Amino acid sequence: MTLTKRDWQSITLSAVLLAVAACLPLTGDAYMLSIGITIAMYAVLATSWALFSGPTHYISLATAAFFGLGTYTTAIGIENGLNYWVTLPVAAILGAVLAALVGLATLRLSGVYFVIFTLGLAELVRQVVTWGQNISGQKGLYILTDITEVHIYWQLLVLAAIVYLTGWAIGRSRLGFALRIIGDDEEVARHSGINTSRAKILLFMVSGATAAVVGSMLAPRYIYIEPALAFTPMLSFLVVIMALLGGTGRLWGPLVGVIPFTLLWEAISSSFPNQTTLLLGLSFLVIVYLLPRGFVGLIESGKRKMREREAFA
Amino acid sequence: MTTGPTVLSLRGATKRFGGLVAVNDMDFDVTEHEVLGLIGPNGSGKSTTLNLISGALKPTEGTISLRGTPISHLSAADIARRGIARTFQLVRLLPSMTVLENVRAGAVFGHRRRWGAEADAHALRMLALVGLDRRANAHVGELTYIDTKRVELARVLASEPKVLLLDEWLAGLNPTELEEGIALIKRLRDEGRTIILVEHVMDAIRSLCDRCVVMSTGTKIAEGTPEQVLSDPEVIRAYLGDDDA
Repeated sequence: MTLTKRDWQSITLSAVLLAVAACLPLTGDAYMLSIGITIAMYAVLATSWALFSGPTHYISLATAAFFGLGTYTTAIGIENGLNYWVTLPVAAILGAVLAALVGLATLRLSGVYFVIFTLGLAELVRQVVTWGQNISGQKGLYILTDITEVHIYWQLLVLAAIVYLTGWAIGRSRLGFALRIIGDDEEVARHSGINTSRAKILLFMVSGATAAVVGSMLAPRYIYIEPALAFTPMLSFLVVIMALLGGTGRLWGPLVGVIPFTLLWEAISSSFPNQTTLLLGLSFLVIVYLLPRGFVGLIESGKRKMREREAFA
Repeated sequence: MTTGPTVLSLRGATKRFGGLVAVNDMDFDVTEHEVLGLIGPNGSGKSTTLNLISGALKPTEGTISLRGTPISHLSAADIARRGIARTFQLVRLLPSMTVLENVRAGAVFGHRRRWGAEADAHALRMLALVGLDRRANAHVGELTYIDTKRVELARVLASEPKVLLLDEWLAGLNPTELEEGIALIKRLRDEGRTIILVEHVMDAIRSLCDRCVVMSTGTKIAEGTPEQVLSDPEVIRAYLGDDDA
């Protein structure tokens, strides 16, 4: 694998941005840090979501299922004497396994059937966990660790770096090319010799494992979790909206959606806590009517116009 | 006519859709370096037969084998990987990609798999073969109709198939394009490729095919050289009805 000058530029730029982001806790502002965690969390979730859904156009609403699986893995693991750090890879494996099972069962479905199934799956997992807790007599679980907000933030940044590197590597691989072909025309993909189910399931597993690890990392922040919190469907919708708002055509696309959306969401929920759903709906309308390719599409058509103007000047 | 080894053979290949028998008990062989025309009136089951060979559909009964190995139970992807590549009746390109990337899809995932610079170089060679190398970086949306067909053909060729299935590749071309198209397929034929051609254009059938299999309502009604089958009374009846036979 050879890296071009452009690749090195992107890598350097990403490393610098990551280093700057890592300095946020030094400001000592607890509110800023809390927003930082939220942004980092959604950045990882939306980017890993877009790794799968971007090229294939399969809209998954199962993020909450994987996220909740992660939080519960960590909570139950710690309760049973496992080290916190051990619960992270366990969550990743469980997330990947769940994704593989869902993939095997559903990736033959397309379009709206897949969307509904993933939403139903998240709900099913939540109900099963609720049922399990009812039987055991507990309502929720306590997660008591000595992990602070700063630790969570840094962990998320490391995970973000891993996700970006993975996404970048996939984009340059046969698998990435196969997914682009699948997204364009699945029939052609099959007849060109691509094992379409395998490619889709592999990517869905990457996406599911990542969401599960995010859930694990966030678990210590909640201290107390119950199914309604860990498996909230709102999470799945927010991830989809943010990723689409940013645009899934580029690896950095979702991030461009996550930052403004999270800030706006924070501002609105602090002054008008009841109007957040309205923001969700409005963003959705904006995406559908004005930004079908997200901010990425806006930026790229802007660039193209600039180039054309230069060419004619 | 010299006959080489058999590459592809159909034995009793049958496809039923509920009560409708689209392909009924088809038997034929394709030998190496042969261009076989699969002809017949509309709705006679030619495209369905092609779909059975390429794995788009599974036969209800019968077997299809590639060099003696049965392939009819395999997925379309596996069949493509074993060396059967097809074009589609309605051209299918990858709309978000450039001409070169479209062809690269065949080079990367087909029968012979390449990657990186090697795949690009091979894709460019295939584009040159179909006369489209100058438009390698064009977006497929900018192409004329025949050029989209050329891209699809180049994508299929890039996989280095053992058997090439062309589903009405010449349909919809204007007279000048048709001449170019026939010349292009003639070149492939001269290279010694094994081709199954579903076609309606009689000129093309006469000048390109070594042998023809004629289908009517799902059944094979004749087989032989183009001259033989096109003068066969039953074939004429199938095409034109009883009065003209």
